[in-house]
Amino acid sequence: MSVARFWRKIPQRYNLVGTQCTTCGSYFFPPRTFCPECRRAGVIVEHRFKGTGEVVTHTVVRSASEQFEQMTPYVLAIVQLDEGPRVTGQVVCAPEEVKIGMRVKPVFRRISTDGESGVIYYGTKYIPDE
Amino acid sequence: MRPVAVIGAGCTTFGEKWNTSFRNLFVEAGMLALEDANLSGEQIDAMYVGNMSAGRFVEQEHIGALIADYSGLASHHIPSTRVEAACASGGLSFRQAVIAVASGMEDIVVAAGVEKMTDVATGASVDTLAGAADREWEGFAGATFPGLYAMIATNYTHRYGLTREQLAQVAVKNHFNGARNPIAQFQQEITIDTVMKSSLVADPLRLFDCSPITDGAAAVIVAPLDRAREFTDTPIKVIASAQASDTIALHDRRDISTLDATVAAGKRAFEMAKLTHKDIDMVEVHDCFTIAELCAIEDLGFCPKGQAGKLTAEGVTALDGDLPVNTSGGLKACGHPVGATGIKQVFEIVQQLRGEAGRRQIDGARIGMTHNVGGTGATVAVHILEV
Repeated sequence: MSVARFWRKIPQRYNLVGTQCTTCGSYFFPPRTFCPECRRAGVIVEHRFKGTGEVVTHTVVRSASEQFEQMTPYVLAIVQLDEGPRVTGQVVCAPEEVKIGMRVKPVFRRISTDGESGVIYYGTKYIPDE
Repeated sequence: MRPVAVIGAGCTTFGEKWNTSFRNLFVEAGMLALEDANLSGEQIDAMYVGNMSAGRFVEQEHIGALIADYSGLASHHIPSTRVEAACASGGLSFRQAVIAVASGMEDIVVAAGVEKMTDVATGASVDTLAGAADREWEGFAGATFPGLYAMIATNYTHRYGLTREQLAQVAVKNHFNGARNPIAQFQQEITIDTVMKSSLVADPLRLFDCSPITDGAAAVIVAPLDRAREFTDTPIKVIASAQASDTIALHDRRDISTLDATVAAGKRAFEMAKLTHKDIDMVEVHDCFTIAELCAIEDLGFCPKGQAGKLTAEGVTALDGDLPVNTSGGLKACGHPVGATGIKQVFEIVQQLRGEAGRRQIDGARIGMTHNVGGTGATVAVHILEV
């Protein structure tokens, strides 16, 4: 990912800042500027998510793209945040530990690096919370 | 709208074709299709070319013009358009060609698909394919394509009690069919043991649950039905063409184990053709991973949710079953040159409906269906063809 494209998303990636449509009450993470339900009638405001949630499904990635090759095997999951939206992220735990329904909470972690001397990308991963 | 028919079809062999260039792959498929329809190049009115990512796989863009040029048609100045929808690029190029002819705007139109994937290393192709999902919110977190389908499989298994053996049986069946297809990348039969002992790619998916990296091209020619007999004795009618989309990211889906775009496109196709599931003699579905074939059979409505694994294990979807699925070997064994797959599916159904499918021929085949998926289900194209 290019530096500029990453930079624009820092609040969202570091602090899980998404959005809420105050017209219908739906929460969005990743943030949306357009509510799929209310469409133009929807009033969108920023919302900082707690980041706690539950694993909906998971896998252990053992063959990855070059950026993630050195981290394999890693646990990847879809987490349903307590406010409702779902997000894809890594869970920092042993491969055999991850389960559907497992409670998780967010942690600030290094996500990947652009080559040996490139930019380091930080963001949110999840750890077991039970 | 006027009725449309396929009047010619051609396909290269699929595989690791290091001695063939991107453009030559396409030219080979195009020539086979033209010869099949007894057409000469100057009779072509327009072309649509499905291609996912030549820009990353071979660092070439502007595919529409390149293909027209190397087909020897530059001086004819025909309109040639690239169509992109990840792995559904081929299915959508076919649909664009059908729409062009049905509208009356064009008469003789080539629908093609091409991808050359083996010129880059595996890590680079994994990364390119991940672009079919949400780069900023899935790829950024380390999601690979097998990883996303693996999460569908985990969710599905948890809810419906799918066994590992039932999942493996999809690959066994498709390799059996691929072994009977001269263009297939893999022409070897395998056993459940082969799948179970292959290396893990993304749990629970193993290497033999995954479609390969493939080079290949396919082309079909469509024309108004009332002109079809000028070119062929066995025109294949296109009786339904449907397309649907859904969220780009898997995590935003209503249901992780259901591809709602398949449900929508399938429903529209059946309505358009005025047919029921019993009328379909065989179907080519998008089995980029074994779990995808099971979801496709269910989401197209051939059986209730959660039942496709059992049906596969019982042989219902085998060549001699009630509903043969992926007679070509599917993406799994025939190969998956992403932009070409949707056209290869049409090529297979055309062969079946003409009775030219050799050792994998379905007796008395009259109506066939194709189902082509882009990404994890963000785009789906479904077509129904009738002899």
